[in-house]
Amino acid sequence: MRRFRTAAAAALVTALTAAASGCGGGSATKSGGSNDKPGELTYWATNQGSSIEADKKVLAPELKKFEKQTGIKVKLEVVPWSNLLDRILAAASSGQGPDVLNIGNTWSSSLQKSKALLPFDDARMADVGGADRFSKAALAATGAEGKPPAAVPLYSLTYALYWNKKMFRQAGIDGPPVTWDELVADGKKLSRGGRHGLAVEGGNPVENAHHAFVLGKQHGADFFDENGRPTFDQPGNVKAVKQYVDFLAEDGIAAKGNAEYAQNQSVKDFATGKAGMLLWQAARTSLLAHGMKPDEYGIAPVPFQDRQDATASGGKTKVNSMVGGINIGVFNHTDNLDGAMKFVSFMTSTKEQRILTDAYGSVSPVLEAQQAEPRDKDEAVLRSVLSSSAAPLPQVPDESKFETLVGTAVKRLFADAAAGRPVTEKTVREALTKAQQQMGK
Amino acid sequence: MTAHSAPRTPAPAAGDTARGPTRTAADRTPAPAPGRRSAAPGAPAPSGTRRPAAGSPLRDRVRSAGLPYLLLLPALALELLIHLVPMATGIVMAFKDLTQEYISDWSAAPWAGLDNFRVAVDVDAPVGEALLRSFAVTCGFTVLAVGLSWLLGVTAAILMQDAFRGRGLLRALFLTPYALPVYAAVITWSFLLQHDNGLLNHVLHDQLGLTDGKPFWLVGDNSFVALLLVAVWRTWPFAFLLLTAALQNVSADLYEASALDGAGMWRQIRHITLPALRPVNQVLVLVLFLWTFNDFNVPFVLFGKSAPQSADLVSLHIYQSSFVTWDFGAGSAMSVLLLLFLLLVTAGYLLLTSRGRGSADV
Repeated sequence: MRRFRTAAAAALVTALTAAASGCGGGSATKSGGSNDKPGELTYWATNQGSSIEADKKVLAPELKKFEKQTGIKVKLEVVPWSNLLDRILAAASSGQGPDVLNIGNTWSSSLQKSKALLPFDDARMADVGGADRFSKAALAATGAEGKPPAAVPLYSLTYALYWNKKMFRQAGIDGPPVTWDELVADGKKLSRGGRHGLAVEGGNPVENAHHAFVLGKQHGADFFDENGRPTFDQPGNVKAVKQYVDFLAEDGIAAKGNAEYAQNQSVKDFATGKAGMLLWQAARTSLLAHGMKPDEYGIAPVPFQDRQDATASGGKTKVNSMVGGINIGVFNHTDNLDGAMKFVSFMTSTKEQRILTDAYGSVSPVLEAQQAEPRDKDEAVLRSVLSSSAAPLPQVPDESKFETLVGTAVKRLFADAAAGRPVTEKTVREALTKAQQQMGK
Repeated sequence: MTAHSAPRTPAPAAGDTARGPTRTAADRTPAPAPGRRSAAPGAPAPSGTRRPAAGSPLRDRVRSAGLPYLLLLPALALELLIHLVPMATGIVMAFKDLTQEYISDWSAAPWAGLDNFRVAVDVDAPVGEALLRSFAVTCGFTVLAVGLSWLLGVTAAILMQDAFRGRGLLRALFLTPYALPVYAAVITWSFLLQHDNGLLNHVLHDQLGLTDGKPFWLVGDNSFVALLLVAVWRTWPFAFLLLTAALQNVSADLYEASALDGAGMWRQIRHITLPALRPVNQVLVLVLFLWTFNDFNVPFVLFGKSAPQSADLVSLHIYQSSFVTWDFGAGSAMSVLLLLFLLLVTAGYLLLTSRGRGSADV
C-alpha cells in the first residue's frame, strides 16, 4: 500500500508540475479607472519603426514634451507586435497593465466586448476633440457599429503595391499593373534568372487573412454575414483564396520559398531585387533599412479585378485594401484616468500626428493633419486608398479567430502548392469549410 | 498487486520522515486511536533516548511536535500559491464559457458544465478532430524524441566512460546544446532549415545532390522531421549528462571481474552497465517524456503561432485554441484533459517500473 501511495503521490506531483498551465489567477477589482496616481502614466506602444530602439528614439522627445506640458511622467514600453495581444489579454485578465496602450485596429471589436478598455462615449470623444476630427475609414475600425469606440485611431495604414522601377524598365514594362491579370502578366515577364515577379508572405497567417479579405470583397463576398456568422466557404471567398495562392501555385510569379515566409522576408526580397513587386503596408522605413532608396521603387494602389473597378465610380467592389492601423485606448483599470485622457488628446493632436506619422511612414487618421501636402509619393497613394477604396476588416468579436483560422488555412494551402500538390477550387473550399467549422459554438 | 504485499520493514521512504513527528506525538499519547495511520505497526520507533518521562508538560510536547510543521509552512504556502492555485483556477475555467467577453471579470462568465470537454473530445467535429490529430502527432513525436535522445545519451555516455585524451573537450561539446538558451538555439535552427538559404538544403541539395528539389522543412509534412531533429538535439545532452553521472557509480571491479570471465563489451553493457543505470533511467525517461510532451518553446519558435499539421504539438495547439482565438474555456478544458492523460501515464509508468525494483530495495 505504501509503495502505491508513494508512487501515486510522486506521479501527481510530477505531472502537475510539468503540466501546470500558464494561467494565472485573476480577479477583477475596480473598473472604470481612478485618479489615484496622477503623476505618472504607463504607455505600451506597438513596434512601428524598424526596431524597438528606433521606436524609443522617436517617442522619447514627444513624451518629454508631454511631461513639460502636464507634469505627468510617461513610462514607455515598446511591445513587439507578436507579443502585444498576449500582453493585453494578460493585462485584461489580471487588471494589472498600462494606463494607455496601442492596439491593432482589427482587435477593436474583440477588445470592446472584453471591456478591457474604457469606451470612448460622446463625452470622452469630445475630450479628444470630437469624432469629426478623424477620418471615416479609420473610425470604422474602432469597434462594432453603433457602440462607443473601444479606442481612437492613432496611425492609419493601408496596403499598396510597391514595384521595382529598374526591374520594370529592364523587362520593358511601362508602369504598375492596374488589374490582377496585368499583375500576373507583368510578374511572368519579371520572373527569370532566379528573380520573381511578386513576393508574398505565405507563412504569415495575418497577412494571408488580409489579402483573402480584400480579394473576397473584390469577388463580392464577405467572411461574415450581417449577423456576424462566418461565411468562409462562400464561392467568392474560395475564388479569392485560390487567386492569392495561385500567384505561387499556378502563375508561378512568386517563388516557392515564399510559402514559409513569416518574418518579413518578402520585404527583404523586394528590397534586394529578388522580387519585382510587393503588397505591403507603409513599407518605406523597412525598405530603407534593407538599403532600398525611395527613388528606386514606385508605389501604386493594389490592383483590382478589372479596370472598371479602378475608376472613380467603381461601385460596390471598389475595395483594394483593408483599413490597417493602430488605435490608442485607455485601460479600464487605469489609476490616472485624467492623465490618460490628456495623453490620448496629446497623441492625437494635429501637431503630434504630423511628427509621428512622418517618422513612421504611416498616414494620420486625423483629417486636419491630412490637409498638409503629402510628404512623399508614398503618403499621397496611401491617403487616396484610405479615403476611397479601403474597407475595415469585419468588426465582429470573432475577428481574431477569423484571422487565425483563415490565415492558417491559406498558409497550409501555400505549403501544399510549394510541395507540388495541386491546389484546386475543391481543396480550397474544403480548407475554408474546415476553418469555418472550427469557429465552433 | 505485489507492491502491496511487500514486507513491511521500516524502509526509510521519503514519506516516513515527514510523518515522523506525528508518530512521535502519537506514541506518547497514552491511547492512540486504533487504526490511525501514524500509529501503523512497524513504523520506526523514535529513538528511545528521547522518549520523555510520563507526565511531561503538554506545551513541551506540542512545541517539539509542531516545529517541523512550522518550518514546512512557508514552503507549503508557496507551493499552494505557485502551483495549486493557478491549477485550480485553470480547472475551474475549464467548466466556464470564458471568452473575451468575460476576460476582465472571470467570475461573471457563465458555467458551461461539460460543454468545453464535450467539444474537445467529440472527434467527429472539427475541433475534437483537430485536437485528436494533434494529440496523435504529439504521442508519436514524444516516443521518437525520447527514444532517440535516450539512445544517443546512453551511447555517448558509455563511449565516454573510459578516460582518453580529449574526453573533457568532447563532453563539453556534447553539453553545449543544453547550455544554450532555447530561443537563440532554435532561431538558429530555423535559419538552418530555411528553404531558400538554409544550410541543410544547401548541403543536401546543392552540394550532395541527394534530393531532386529543395525540400521544405518549416512548412508541410517534413516539418515533423525538422521538429524531431531540433528536439533531439536539444534534449539528448541532458540524458547524456545524467547517465554520465550515473556511470561514475558503477564499480570498475565489476568490469574487470567480468572481463576475466570472458565477457565482451556487449555482455558487459547488457549485464553490468544497463542494470546499474536502471534507477536513473527510470527517472530520466519519465522526465524526458513530460518535458517533450509538453514542449512549447521549440515548436513555437520554429513555426510561430500556427504550426503545420504534421508538427502541431498539443501544447501549441492548446495555445492556439485559447490565446489566439480568445476561447479560454476551451483551452482550459483541453489542458485539463492533457493533465489527466499525463497523470495516468506517469502513475502507470511509476507503478510498472517500481514493481520489480521495489522488492530488490527491501
